[in-house]
Amino acid sequence: MSKKIGVFVCHCGTNISATVDVEKVAEEAKKKNPGVTYTTTHKYMCSDPGQKLLRDKIKEEGLTGIVVAACSPKMHERTFRNAAIKTGLNPYHVEISNIREQCSWVHKDKAVGTTKSIDLVRMMTEKTRKDKSLKPIKVHVTKRALVIGGGIAGIQAALDIADGGNEVILVEREASIGGHMAQLSETFPTLDCSQCIMTPKMVEVAQHENIKLYTWSEIEAVGGYLGNFDIKIRKKARSVDLDLCTGCSSCWQVCPSKKIKSEFDMGLGNRTAIYVPFPQAIPSKPVIDRENCLLFKDARKKNIPPNDSKVCRKCIDACPIAPVKAIDYSQEDEIVEEKVGAIVVATGYRELEDGLYGEYGGGKYKDVITGLQFERLASASGPTDGMIKRPSDGKEPEIIVFIQCVGSRDPSKGCSYCSKTCCMYTAKHTMLYKHKVHHGHAYVFYIDIRCAGKSYEEFAQRAIEEEGATYLRGRVSRVYQKGDKLVVLGADTLTGSVVEIEAEMVVLASAMKAQDDAGEFARKLSIQYDKDMFFSEIHPKLKPVESSSAGIFLAGTCQGPKDIPEAVAQAGAAASKVLALLSSDELEREPVVARVDRQLPPVFSTCIGCFYCQKVCPYSAIEQEDIKARDGSVIKTVARVNEGLCQGCGLCAATCRSKSIELAGFNDEQIYAEINAVEFN
Amino acid sequence: MRIGYYPGCAITTGSSSEEYGTSVLRVSQVIGPELEEIHDWNCCGASSAHATNHKLSTALSIRNISLAEKYGFKEILAPCPMCSQRLIISQKDVADDEKLKKEVEDAIEMPCNSGVKILNYLELIKNYCMDDIAKNLKKTPKDLKIASYYGCLLVRPPKVLQFDDPEDPKSMDEIVKAIGAKPVEWEFKTNCCGGGFTLSRTDVVLKLTNDILEGAVEAGADAIAVACPMCHANLDMRQKKIEKEYNRKFNIPIVYISELIGLALDLGAISLGLNKHFVETESVVNAFS
Amino acid sequence: MKIKISLNESSSDFAKEVEERSGIKVRECYQCGKCTAGCPVAYEMDYMPNQIIRFVQIGAKREALTSRTIWLCASCITCTTRCPKEVKIAELMDVLREMSLEEGLANPLEKNITTFHKSFLNSIKKHGRISELWMLNEYKMKRPKTALQDLVVAPQLISKGKLSFLPHDIKGKDVIKRIFEKCE
Repeated sequence: MSKKIGVFVCHCGTNISATVDVEKVAEEAKKKNPGVTYTTTHKYMCSDPGQKLLRDKIKEEGLTGIVVAACSPKMHERTFRNAAIKTGLNPYHVEISNIREQCSWVHKDKAVGTTKSIDLVRMMTEKTRKDKSLKPIKVHVTKRALVIGGGIAGIQAALDIADGGNEVILVEREASIGGHMAQLSETFPTLDCSQCIMTPKMVEVAQHENIKLYTWSEIEAVGGYLGNFDIKIRKKARSVDLDLCTGCSSCWQVCPSKKIKSEFDMGLGNRTAIYVPFPQAIPSKPVIDRENCLLFKDARKKNIPPNDSKVCRKCIDACPIAPVKAIDYSQEDEIVEEKVGAIVVATGYRELEDGLYGEYGGGKYKDVITGLQFERLASASGPTDGMIKRPSDGKEPEIIVFIQCVGSRDPSKGCSYCSKTCCMYTAKHTMLYKHKVHHGHAYVFYIDIRCAGKSYEEFAQRAIEEEGATYLRGRVSRVYQKGDKLVVLGADTLTGSVVEIEAEMVVLASAMKAQDDAGEFARKLSIQYDKDMFFSEIHPKLKPVESSSAGIFLAGTCQGPKDIPEAVAQAGAAASKVLALLSSDELEREPVVARVDRQLPPVFSTCIGCFYCQKVCPYSAIEQEDIKARDGSVIKTVARVNEGLCQGCGLCAATCRSKSIELAGFNDEQIYAEINAVEFN
Repeated sequence: MRIGYYPGCAITTGSSSEEYGTSVLRVSQVIGPELEEIHDWNCCGASSAHATNHKLSTALSIRNISLAEKYGFKEILAPCPMCSQRLIISQKDVADDEKLKKEVEDAIEMPCNSGVKILNYLELIKNYCMDDIAKNLKKTPKDLKIASYYGCLLVRPPKVLQFDDPEDPKSMDEIVKAIGAKPVEWEFKTNCCGGGFTLSRTDVVLKLTNDILEGAVEAGADAIAVACPMCHANLDMRQKKIEKEYNRKFNIPIVYISELIGLALDLGAISLGLNKHFVETESVVNAFS
Repeated sequence: MKIKISLNESSSDFAKEVEERSGIKVRECYQCGKCTAGCPVAYEMDYMPNQIIRFVQIGAKREALTSRTIWLCASCITCTTRCPKEVKIAELMDVLREMSLEEGLANPLEKNITTFHKSFLNSIKKHGRISELWMLNEYKMKRPKTALQDLVVAPQLISKGKLSFLPHDIKGKDVIKRIFEKCE
């Protein structure tokens, strides 16, 4: 029985009707398009009356295929398909012909717009004639979530998901959770102590019964798909048994390697080889830095098992745990596997590397430091107990210069974006400095002062008006050492003058950069990233926490520079997406997926096993399947599509040399029918 | 009711803008409160004092207010906006600064308690004379279009002076309406004429006044009404020079608002000082006949 | 122009001095330029009004006090009226002029203006009020080049009875003299 197709042409107010003669489009469709038995137009098809019209006509006219000529299918395809479902029509017989974005909006000439719309509708009618009924794919959901990264975004997401009653696996590659926020002294715009507001959340993570914490661990591999991810986690050898260790500190107190630069203090303070990164660490248990530990160095040199080295065993000797010591030199990396239904990526950022700005002497002059280093100086738990002392000689700097946009808004250094937080943290730095060095002078070189958050502008103005920071509008060209001073050559474009400051310390507001391994990591998760290696959201406005892979969400600075409140808000948003996803036992997915053909023996499949499809698939959805004989021997190896992973992009179908792959809803027959429907004049 | 009269130097008899004083006093004989000159007043110091010596500027102004207080005046009229502005600002400065107040009292050898209210001329008319004008109106001009020009000093600084709208004042236009002339809408009501630069930087004055005259003419004004001797001098006395400098003809009369009121009260052009202008005022005078 | 800042030549002192002396919160200016945009005399200035504030903010005392701008300011107060941060810019110009005179830094190119102010005040000091003819006379003697332009109007002023030949001395002119002595 041939299809009875109804064509519904939308005016979209005047969006379409201004440059397309919609009545003519409807008329032509009925006159010339085979299969079309009913046509009409409506002012707004998406409105309630518009939808009702569609439903009524499906019933009255016995329509079995629908073409709605309107806006992009991204807008209302779902609306009209749902309307069809209410009448009992399989929704995959409803097609959208986009005559707005791809036609009325881009044409000025009504005759041209109308002719093109007639063509577009005919093409879609031809496709609709060949539409088959499809059934949504049901996917089982594992009701656990993985959160990658234990900074403020990861912590917030983990807590929100765990509070929602789901189990959370939180993986952090450092020895403690806390991330950069734990390093900060005070936070803008309220100047409350960062650790004071951070540590309660860290403790909550440690105590939460729904959170399983892996620190000193990294994601090894991510397999599976939405609702069913298979995660491999590498637990790096900590050399300390977390179950046995009580964190008593005996071991690190006796460690003889005391001059290792502390990563947590951004190299301004020292730590031992067996260490806890900072006092409030979670877990508050040490790790052995095998690169710098005398015992491991010796073992590497002699090529013997670490346990056999006798160079230094002070930590294990000091460990009071008995009978089995909590320290274990022979521990090795371990791979653990976890199954989860959803993933939140919150892997954070890194500060711009020293040395990129040779003209500022970063990494060369001791008293030219970065923003995070200044945080450590100003922090009460930092290497100077919160006193502002310069690294070279411990002197309190009386003139301090802050340089904004170091690495930000600087395409020549490969960083065209604004790091968004530096204006505010520099204003904060000037305040912290003035609070600690009352007689000191703070100068800030800036290009713009960007403070677009609640109470932010007032905060920055306070730094200038009340705390007396002098802001100079211009970039600094050079910083060089002159005796024990740093000469800063800058400009003030507002007066048109060169400004030369003999400073005693220089702080660079270094850019927020994507993690070094962001690209590699993104490939592991099959998510996309932008030109700056920050992970991409699918839609910058309407889907800001969704990654390009279903079931993987983004939170915090791995997606782009942002401050604490924004990271926390994004983490909450990601958590709510995860909770929604984990709230049902099964998920329904669009059946628009690829399928590799299967035939009766002896062919089994026309697939020739070239696996070009596997190479082009951006979602790792193509698997290899061995077709075996009864005796278990492999007859041939062919491609198979994992429906859970497939996003229906069609790359495999287009690539397939033997035409063995079909994309449901977009098969070759349909595409050719569409092309052939165009009248070429 | 009696109000202290503080003419200031520019508008007293024998000064460059005496017709302003003459017409204010002549009009006050017919309408509004009685004006009584403050005995032995001194110059407010004008721009030259405030531009170079804040304390001196304040002391010179405050002495006049203290004199007014001494003679029992509750309100003072200062028709010259330079004077009224300086007096009001000084009054506020001593009120805000106890130390300055002590120094000023020491200098002027009088207490200054500053309870006196200072009125500019438009304020006096608005507060006390609108009904009188309506009652005593003798002549209304036939189709006389007036551009009300307020200049700087009547409305700025607004936070201190608190008089009218600094961007689009209306008080003078209302007086113009009350005497039967037509106020024109124009964009230069509170633009600066260059004020005190008339002698020292005449070039600046010529440029600024050229813009103002042009604006008034383009808006269709037959004459410009002013309430400030500096504005008047720059627009009237300098008009020939502006015309020469910019090679054009304006020939637009510049009249004091007090003169316009006087004409409407039929007080006689000469008694109002309209014969003392540089640009002929005949067309305005005739409009009232 | 070059501005040098070191421990010996700190910038914030000038801003502090100006703020303490005038009560004007110079630091609150965020350099939007609205004052310059509305200044009727800006076209004649060597530095824009916002740049003068900037000089004060960054301690460029000499640049501020030797500028022609501070003398060219006509005190029309448009800037103060429209300033979004309520910085009293016109009033700041007064303070800078005062400081400029005190330090002997007044720009010689604007001598007409400073001389005018001096002649004007001298007249008050002597008589208690302005005697326009005497004041003019003093000014024109000191700045003879400006005399020519006013030769045209002076006779007319005299003929209209608008330039009194006799200066009017107020009774309290001794008090006025003492006011000057105490304030200078």
